[in-house]
Order: sequence, then structure tokens, then C-alpha cells
Amino acid sequence: MDLNSVLITIAVLAVLGCALAVILYFVSQKFKVYEDPKIAEVEAELPGANCGGCGFPGCHGLAEALAKADDLSNIGCPVGGAPVMAKIAAILGKEAGSAEPKVAVARCSASCNTRIKIAEYDGAQSCAIAATHFSAETGCAFSCLGHGDCVKACKFDAIQIDPDKGVIVDEEKCVACGACAKACPKNVIELRPKGRLVQGKNRRVWVNCVNKDKGPVAMKACKTACIGCGKCAKVCKFAAITVENNVAYIDPAKCKACGLCLNECPTHAIQATFPAPPKPKPAPVPADATSEKPSQAAKAE
Amino acid sequence: MLKTFKIGGIHPDENKLSAASPIQVLPVPAEVKIPLAQHIGAPAQPCVEVGAKVKVGTLIAKAGGFVSANVHSSVSGTVKKIEEFVDANGMKKMAIVITVEGDEWEESIDRSTDIVRDIKLEPKEIIAKVSEMGLVGMGGATFPTHVKLAVPDGQKCEALVINGVECEPYLTSDHRAMLERPEEILMGVKILMKALQIDKAYIGIENNKPDAIAKLTELAKNYPGVTVQPLKLKYPQGGEKQLIDACMDRQVPSGKLPINVGAVVQNVGTALAVYEAVQKNKPLIERIVCVTGKPLAKPSNFLVRIGTPVSACIEAAGGMPEDCGKVIGGGPMMGRAMMHTDVPVIKGTSGILLMNKKESKRPEIANCIRCAKCVNVCPMGLEPYLLSKLSAKEMWDEAQEHNIMDCIECGSCNFTCPSNRPLLDYVRLGKGKVGAILRAKAAAAKAAAEKK
Repeated sequence: MDLNSVLITIAVLAVLGCALAVILYFVSQKFKVYEDPKIAEVEAELPGANCGGCGFPGCHGLAEALAKADDLSNIGCPVGGAPVMAKIAAILGKEAGSAEPKVAVARCSASCNTRIKIAEYDGAQSCAIAATHFSAETGCAFSCLGHGDCVKACKFDAIQIDPDKGVIVDEEKCVACGACAKACPKNVIELRPKGRLVQGKNRRVWVNCVNKDKGPVAMKACKTACIGCGKCAKVCKFAAITVENNVAYIDPAKCKACGLCLNECPTHAIQATFPAPPKPKPAPVPADATSEKPSQAAKAE
Repeated sequence: MLKTFKIGGIHPDENKLSAASPIQVLPVPAEVKIPLAQHIGAPAQPCVEVGAKVKVGTLIAKAGGFVSANVHSSVSGTVKKIEEFVDANGMKKMAIVITVEGDEWEESIDRSTDIVRDIKLEPKEIIAKVSEMGLVGMGGATFPTHVKLAVPDGQKCEALVINGVECEPYLTSDHRAMLERPEEILMGVKILMKALQIDKAYIGIENNKPDAIAKLTELAKNYPGVTVQPLKLKYPQGGEKQLIDACMDRQVPSGKLPINVGAVVQNVGTALAVYEAVQKNKPLIERIVCVTGKPLAKPSNFLVRIGTPVSACIEAAGGMPEDCGKVIGGGPMMGRAMMHTDVPVIKGTSGILLMNKKESKRPEIANCIRCAKCVNVCPMGLEPYLLSKLSAKEMWDEAQEHNIMDCIECGSCNFTCPSNRPLLDYVRLGKGKVGAILRAKAAAAKAAAEKK
């Protein structure tokens, strides 16, 4: 092989490359799809986990929706939370929504210490499969099955199942994407607002039971079942608690996390992230009501 | 060479412990609990009040739609309550509870044991009668019989296939029925042939029941058009599609029904019930239940009134043994474990199987070694290892492409897997999800078409 043929090859390929590059340039100009450059900027700010917790197909989907939306209050990234949304709002020149930070709450004590086992399941370890076969291993047909579909669904390693304590959500890691709630065939997991921040800890109260059976049936199945007695609803000063289908529900929008109901529940079905107030009631309500305003101010900051 | 179906199949141990035990009549219990949903389709609607007096055979709940079945009282007495009860799966279902007083039957029911040979009713009337008497498939699937007999327009039925296979291990209720009441079964077949307006019927029986084959072959000589077809022993031969393949050499295409290849399949138990309903005017108020299992003292076959507690059946068969790990409603392959035994016998309870503690433990699950045994045994020609993986990964579209909806849930894959993988568990989950997606799509398409 002489040098000439090498040079010819290089020359031909170089000319071909240049010609194709020019063609490609014109084609890309001709068929250009305009995309708002802000979408790319917004997407760069998003965490990129593509978890779908926002309800859109991945982070790009959310970025598109955010760029289009006039009002950002109803959509947002649950993973990034308020800081990311503030940055995005700045990019888009819109007002950031003030969505409350949420956390997954498993509304079942789900421990075999409180419930009597009446059957044993040894099929495939999946809640979805177990739920198609039968009610539950215990007398409670509404309870957590304990095979860990929520643990598998969580992309943030925020859920653990402890045989003694049931489903444990790590508040620091949970981003409230809702994947666990979707995976749970018994609908035990609920996304609730993290609650009022007091001394570095979020205060929230919830009914730790979803059993819709009548009181005696529920009590027989589980020691810590809500029996729908309504004592908590009576004691609540903010009308936050309603009893429907034999189970109480605390409306997080109305609840001030005073903790009065905690002492009232005969089965200790109500759970909170803070200790119950001392029993001889020194009426902590007014104190709570006054401390309400500064805390809200703190949140706004 | 004996006939059988062409693809897949397994050979579990037969364990027909109660085959030699004649059918005994179980005493009427003090109280029966008759569920409103004993069949596939809409639950029946109660048509009696609390406190009403009923006799054996009184209609107590009307069918809640076309695919539904009437429910009759199986005892005489007073309706105590109509309330929810916890069924064998721990779910809440509605039931009519009747306190038994005496044993008074409706006058219209002919209680004599004479064989009535003259079929007076016309085909349409037979189907109406079958529907009125609340008949459902007695093999365990409990599909309302009148729906199967009503051949849709444009379809043609060419042959009736009677399922006397009883391919589930342990169960012997159909076997005993064929031995003890062959004439009635054959009359039932004749009635079904008249209802379908055809002159050809096959009775498929596996060759582990030579006595039943001999008896029915002998008697079938008097019934023109009825052929008794001995079949090679193989599970799941009792599946509709497998039985049609075995008896008629026809394959039901994917997603189609037996009627698409000109066949209607009925169980021998159903044939017997059809005879009693049409010729004797007797509703479906009792059935033959096989109570069996290795730990049981006396594996037996009982004629049981619908609504009798399962615990009473076990008691009559020697009582609940100490070494009992599981009570299964149905056979070991397709039956379901019960959560408690205070549940009533229903129209579809073909057997009650007790397993000892050792048998009832599932072996440890190991990794899939890609041996393809499950593919070899699948009677529907599916790939269970793949379907179970797709289901576990929630890849529903791909699962549908691989024909997950064709699975008949026979459990052959689970049985054969050397790694004891819960293949069917996942396939069944996927089937449920894909089915729901398909139904939602169909509903959306229908709504869109109506909008236009």
C-alpha cells in the first residue's frame, strides 16, 4: 500500500464528514422542536430520582408541567420539598406553592404482640398475593400483612418492618412520594402532614388503626384496635376527630397536636410523635393556641 | 392406547383414600348457614324475611342477574337471621341462617328413588328448570349451569362432554356418585343432550376408576349417542380445555370458550343434579362431599345438606385429628386452605381435605435454575417461570403478550418446580391485574363508543 491511497482515504472521509455535517445542520434547523429552555433548567434542579411521587412520569414530566402551570401551589416535587420548589419558582418567575411537607404514616400497630394469630400464611412473601388469598393471619381483616410490599416499593430506604413494632417510617428519609401507600393492598399507609415543628421535632397525632369492625369484634382481634367509641372526638377541642364506620379519623388540617385525645383512648390506638400531656388536666389548650402563631411564622420562614 | 390431552400434565400421588367408602347421609345439623354467593357471578338476593317458616326446597334467595343462581333452603325450620359471616378466607359474606325444625320437604319434590325415564320437558323448559332449581357446576368452579346450556346465537354445539375425570388427588365424590347412582347420571346426560339439542355425548373417566368405567360402559349401551371414554391418568385432565382435547381431539384457541369448538362441558355431579332437578323437581340443596386426608381416622364420602358446617363433616369422619396442619376446601392442587372450620358446605364444596403438619409446610424457596420443567408440564403451553417474573416486576403488558390470561391455575408448575418457587402465586396475581386492566380498557372503549 502506498502513501497515496492513505491520503485519498483521509481526504474522502473528511469531505464526506463535512458534507454530512452540513446536511445534518440544516435538517436539525428545519425539524427543530422548540422546547422551553426553562424546562431543562428546572429539570436540573430536580433530584432526578424519577420516583413518580409527584404524579408525573419522571422528573422531566414534572419539569414540563411546572413550566406550563400558572399556579405552582398544587404541583411540586415531594422529594426536594420546599427548598427545591423555591429555586424552581425563582427560575420560572412564579410564586412557590406552600405545600405542607408530608410523611408516610402506617396506620396499624401491625405487631404480633397485640394481635392473636389465628392462621399462618407460608405462600409467596408478597402482601399483594397474600391479600388475594385471605383476610389476614390475625382476626383483623384490615391490618398490615407484614410481608413488606411497602419496603420493596420505597426507593429511599425509609421503611422498615420490625416484628415487634410493625411498620417504621424513617421521617428523615421519607419524601412522601406515596409509593408505599400505592403498594399497600390494605390501604394502611396514609400521607399526613409532618405537623407543627416544636423544639426541632414535628408534632403530629394519628389514629393507629383502620379496622372498620364493630368495637367488640375489633377489640377481640387486636388489643390496640380503634373500637369507635368516640371518646377522642368528644374531648377534641378543635372538632378534628370524626368517627365513621367504627373507626376514628383525625383531620390533620384541623388537629393542633395538643395531645388531649392521647389520654382518652381506652385502647391506646391514638399515636403521636410526642409524649402525652400529663393526665390531671392543666388544660394545655390555651398554651397551645398561643404557641400556634410563632410556630406558623417559623414555618413561613 | 388411551386418550389424554396433548401438552403438559403431571402425575401427583393419587391418594384416593376414601374410594371404597360408600356415600353416607350426614345427619341434618341443628342450624345451617346458607351463603348468598355460592356461585360465580352476582350474589343472590334474599326473598325471605327473618322469622319466616321454610321447608326443604323453599326458594330463599333469587338470582341477582343472568350469571347468578337461585338459592333454596336445604332444611325445614325458621329463618333466624340474614347477616354477614366470616367465610373460609376470612372475608365477610352475607348468609341466611336457618334454625332446623323437623325435616319437612316441599310437596312438589318427588322423594322416591324410582328412575323417571320419560323426559317431558322441551329444551327451553329444561334450561328454565335448571335455572329455577339453582344449579351450578358441581366440580368446584360453580359456574351457573343454565348460562352454559344457553348456546349463544351463531354458535353450534356438537357434543356434550361429561367430566368424570376427578383428576384431583384424594377426591372421590364423583367416583362414588358414578358407582352408586350411574342410572341417574346417564339420565342427566340424556336430559342435557336434549336441552342442547344434540345426539352425541362423551363421558371422560380416568383409568384409575376401572369399576366406574365398567359400570357406565355397560349401562350406556341403553343410551344411544353416549360414549364412555376411558382416559389415561394425568392431571389436570378435569380442566375443560384439557378434557375437550382428550375426548374430542379439539383444541380451544387462546381466549375462546369451549363452545367455540362445539363443546359444552359438565361435571358428572352436575348431570346428577340436572336429573334430580328436571325429573324429581329437586333444587340443589345437598351434595356429595368427600372428607379425606391422611391424618383423618375415617376418610368418607357424605351426602351433605348445603349450609352444614365443615366442622360437622370432619366430626363425622372421625373428628379433627391432633396432627392436622391444614384444612383445604377442594382438592390438594386447586383447593384453598380454610382459616377456620365454622364455615358452611356450599354448592361447590367437592371435598374437605385435611393435611398433617409435615405435608402442609411449604418447602424452602430456592433460586430458579432455568430447568424449564414448569414449561414442560404447563397444560396450556405457557412459560410459568417467565410469567411469574413478569408479574413480580409488574410488567403487565409483557405478561399479557405472553398469554397470562390463558392460565387455568392448575398448579402443575408449582408442583413440579425443583426449587419450590411459588410460580402460580405470582401468575395468579398477574392474571388478576391484567384482567382488571383489560376490563378497564374495555369499559373505557365502550364509554368512548357511546359518546360518539
